[in-house]
Parts: sequence; structure tokens; C-alpha cells
Amino acid sequence: MQISNLTRHFTGFAALDDVSLSIAPGEFVALLGPSGSGKTTLLRILAGLDYPDGGNVEHEGTDFLAAPARQRKVGLVFQHYALFRHLSVRENIAFGLRVRPWRTRPRRHDIAERVRQLLRRVQLEDCGDRFPAQLSGGQRQRVALARALAVEPSLLLLDEPFGALDAQVRVRLRRWLRELHDESRLTTIFVTHDQEEALELADRIAVMNKGRIEQVDTPEVLYQHPATPFVCEFIGKVNKVPLTYRHDRLAASEWSLPEAPWADRYGAAMAYIRPEHLAVAVDEAQPAWSARLRHIYLAGSVTHLDLHVTSMDQALEADIASEELASLGLRPGMDLRIAPRRAVVFPHQHGSAELLSELRWEWRDSNGEGRDAGALAPPAPALSM
Amino acid sequence: MNAIVMRRASAWPQRTMRTALLLVAVAFLVVFLLFPLAVVFAEALRQGVAAFLASIAQPEARSSILLTLLVAGIAVPLNLVFGVSAAWLMTRFQFRGKALLGTIIDIPFSVSPVISGLIYVLLFGAQGWFGPWLDAHGIKVIFAVPGLVLATVFVTLPFVARELIPLMQSQGGEEDEAARVLGASGWQMFFRVTLPNIRWALLYGVLLCNARAMGEFGAVSVVSGHIRGLTTTMPLEVEMRYNEYDYVGAFAVASLLALLALFTLAIKSLLEWRYADALAAHAPGGH
Repeated sequence: MQISNLTRHFTGFAALDDVSLSIAPGEFVALLGPSGSGKTTLLRILAGLDYPDGGNVEHEGTDFLAAPARQRKVGLVFQHYALFRHLSVRENIAFGLRVRPWRTRPRRHDIAERVRQLLRRVQLEDCGDRFPAQLSGGQRQRVALARALAVEPSLLLLDEPFGALDAQVRVRLRRWLRELHDESRLTTIFVTHDQEEALELADRIAVMNKGRIEQVDTPEVLYQHPATPFVCEFIGKVNKVPLTYRHDRLAASEWSLPEAPWADRYGAAMAYIRPEHLAVAVDEAQPAWSARLRHIYLAGSVTHLDLHVTSMDQALEADIASEELASLGLRPGMDLRIAPRRAVVFPHQHGSAELLSELRWEWRDSNGEGRDAGALAPPAPALSM
Repeated sequence: MNAIVMRRASAWPQRTMRTALLLVAVAFLVVFLLFPLAVVFAEALRQGVAAFLASIAQPEARSSILLTLLVAGIAVPLNLVFGVSAAWLMTRFQFRGKALLGTIIDIPFSVSPVISGLIYVLLFGAQGWFGPWLDAHGIKVIFAVPGLVLATVFVTLPFVARELIPLMQSQGGEEDEAARVLGASGWQMFFRVTLPNIRWALLYGVLLCNARAMGEFGAVSVVSGHIRGLTTTMPLEVEMRYNEYDYVGAFAVASLLALLALFTLAIKSLLEWRYADALAAHAPGGH
């Protein structure tokens, strides 16, 4: 499936602004972004419930947008499920088959059989005669999925599929959905504002912001190599440190970076540093910030350190493996020498707060990883791949 | 201990209050509703069942009943179609002037029925805007059945739409969209999803619309011309008989209208009971 240059304007703002995305058959893609970023609009356009002002979508070699919603063979699961409240679970699932023109409509017996199979697949064999109002949120969600799958769609679209569920059910359904996808290999696009959900489920994630796609990559690449300031801030946690150009270096107080690729053309820049890329026991020979350790937050296998750099009057967060806590002898109130080992840096447009994402510079400390080995083995981000 | 004392302290005034309010309500109902209703039937039957039946069997009475049924039979289906379309338009689409349309639908509620009737006289009457043209083509609107239908449609315009709009608003359009994505055509979507979801409210709206259509007096009176046996509906027949001192006749026809009202009320209560049940079962299913 090839989405090219889609544009959709609502009065006053662009919900989609020149969006292009290609999706391989069988792929599980997440559209991730804050509310109002255009992800649901894109999904509705694909479902045929909304139309773009420009651009086109090609699917299996045909012009997808030319077909009305009812002919697209798309399975859509709504955020609030939109089950037919006056129909039983069985009738809800059978709906897509029953409304077919009589020439292509399966026989009554075949429909019943197909519904039975789907009920088994979504683990709701005993709920066929109930009505939507008599089901829990998680069950409704699965009925909605079975109803969408009944028409044997070539594309499955999920709009915030777990948004209305409580946390425990959400995690369970997430795993279940991923397994279902691995079995069926049905091309699936789902919309979410929950990065954890996207990182855990998707083969690839398209991060959307203000109607544009900022970056499309696998969860790992997205996390390790964010392409734009927005992605840096939206995915995972990040420290922002402003840098200024001084004596051929980009400096922030006592610590500085070697000459940037853009040399002296830009006077200021912003460094994005992941908490796990902040070394907390840097030896005296290396440049580093001196920081006070204000709090230690033990969060299971990872420990968050709340640091304050006096010279910049800035709070930073560092993550270390909880195992390191004792070997480093960390206590609240102590002073530490800290320095980034990796950072993503964007120069500032002259005289403005805007960052130039096309001049992105991914910097890595070249002094060897061994320098503070033991001090910091970055905890692997929780990715399931 | 404390709670018990407090409950005891507040229970008595509360119970007295409740009884007092109940008495006031019942008194009002008896004086203003039940008693007059009883009078209608008592007056109708004052000279016995035979006289009652005879006065109903008079040709004028029969033609007024038939005319009322005819007018309601045309006006109610028209309003059904209009009400569903308007409610759909108001709840499923965004467009300029939506608030204005909502106000326009409500106009018949706020305008006196007499004025509604006069509007049609001014438009289609002999001296009206379209009067000469209609006259030239031999079409009679005012002082004829078409005028009665027009006036009745106008007066009953908001009933179905007003009943449906809040419901359809709260239900939202997602189920319709789901049906479309699942391959339903427009008609399939309407008959399999939209209509079943609004059926009780729709029936309720149609009942109210029908009661008003049959009972309408003001607007119909203006456009009717009171031609006995031709343009008198039941409410007009009641008035004419009353003015002619035919009390038994007037109350006999009035009692039929009252029976219609009671019948509508009974079905409405039945529906409300049924409807509440359906709402209680279905409301959490929507969202």
C-alpha cells in the first residue's frame, strides 16, 4: 500500500499536510502522535469515511480512494467499538456478510459457521447471544475485532483500540492482538497516542505531529536514532540541554562538544540526551558537569536519578541499572561528575527558537565506551521485537 | 446513634412534605383534568347511549371523522419523513446555518396556530399571493382539504424531529459509519442500523404528532371555511355543534377525540415503559 502526499484541511488547520507512507503486505504499522496530530484523520480516509483534499492512495495496484467505503474491504475497529446495540454479538459479527448483495452473500449456514469460528478465535464462544451492553469493555473490543474480520478484509484499521480499557486488560489484549496478527499476517494499521503500545506492538511506527509524519522507522531505530526534535521528546524520556558556540566548540557550561558538522554557521543548538546516555561517574580528566544528586527513584530494574547541575541551574535525569546503585555508592545529596555519552543535536535557526531538523547531528563519545564501564550499562529500552 | 437520631428528626417533615405535595398534585389533576374529562363523557351520554350513537352516526359527524383521519393520514407520514430527514441532517452533518435550521424547526411551537393558518390564507387565499394563479388553474387550497393538510403539517412539523434529535445526538454516528465500512449500502445502513436504534423515539414522536394532527383546532379553523360535511374536522365539528346548542352532539364527537387522547396516552406510557427498558439495556452499549 502506497500513501502519497495526502492533504486534508479542516477550517483553520491542516489535519494532514503532505503525508506519504508505504506499507508492506502483512505489516503491522502504528500511527503514533498526540491528539490533533492527524492520525485518526488518516485512518478515516483509508476507511473511506473521510476524503482528502489532495494526494492518493494505491492498494494492490488500484486507486484506493476511488472506491467507496463499502467496496474497500477494510476492517475498521472504532475507539468506542461502535457495536450495533440492537443486535446480538452473533448478529453484529454476521452483519458484514448479511449486507452483501445476494450474489456474493454466503449461505445462512456458512454465515453461522463463520461466526462460530470467529467467536472461537476471539475467545467469546459463550457470548454469541448476548447484547453489547451485557459485555465488558475488553469483550466488546474483541467483538468489534471479530466483526471487522468477518468480511475478510485486506486491511485492518484500529482506532485507539485499547484507549477505553483499563491498564491490565489493555496489556493482555495487546499481546493477544499481536499474536493474532502473527497468525493472520493481515496488514494492520493502528492509531495510538500511547508510545508504549506502539513500541510494543508495531513492526514500524509512523510518528505524526501537526498533520505531518515526522519519522517512520522500527521501534528500535525510532528510539535510538530519533530524527527530529519532536520525536526526541515524544518517544521515551529525554534531557534537553541548550548549547552555545564558543571557541570552536558547542558548549554548555563546563562540558562541550567538539566542532559540529555545521561549524560556526549556527551560534546555538539544542542537545537531546536520553537519561541512560548520561554517565554519572566521570573521572577528573574528562570534561563534565558537577551535579548534585537530589533524589533516587528506584523503579524496578531501572533507577532514575534526579540531578541538578548548579552551573546551568538545570535539572537532568539519569537512568542507571538498579544493580549499579550499590557499586557506585550513590546517596541523595552527594555531588557527581556527569557527562553525556551520546546526544542528538539540532542547531537553532538564527535568532529563533526553531530547530533545524535537517541538520541533525548524532554525536557519540569517541573516547571509548570503556571509560566508564561499570558505571553505566544503559538499560535496554523495553521493546518487544 | 447520631445518624439514627438525625434520620428520625428529618423523617417526619419529609414525609409530611411528600404527602402535601402529592395532595396538591392530585387535587390539580382531578380539578383540571379528570373532572372535565368525566364531564365530556357524562354530557355525551346524558340522553343515553342511543342518542350518543345517533349523533355520531349523523353524516356530518361521519364525514368529520373521515376528514380528520384523512388529514392526519397525510400529515403524519409527511412529518415522519421530514422529521427523520431533519434529525439526520442535524445530527450527522456539519454545515452553515445549522443552528438556524434548528430554530426554524421550532417555529411552529412558538407561533400561535391561528397565525399559522393565516399564513396559508395570505399565500393561497383568493386575495393571496398565489391565489389568482391557483384559481386560474382550478386548484382550491383554502377552504378545501389541501389547506387543512398544509396547516396541520405546519403545526405538527417539530414533533418527530424534536423527539429524534437528542437521541441521535447522544447515539452519535459511529454505528452508521461502522455499517458503511462493513459494506452496507445507504438503505441497508438506514434500515438495519439507524432505524432500529431510533424506533422507540420515532414511534413516540409519531404518536404525539398524530394526537396533535387530529386535535388541531386553531390553524385548521382559519383555513377550513367551516363547510359542513366537506371541510370540518372533528374539533371544528365539536365547535359548530356546540354553537348550535347541540350539546349531546358536541360532546359525543368531543368524547371520541378524548378517547383518542386517552388511547395515545396509554400507548405512550406503554412505550415509555418499554423505551426506558430498552434505554437502560442499550445506553451503556453505545459508549
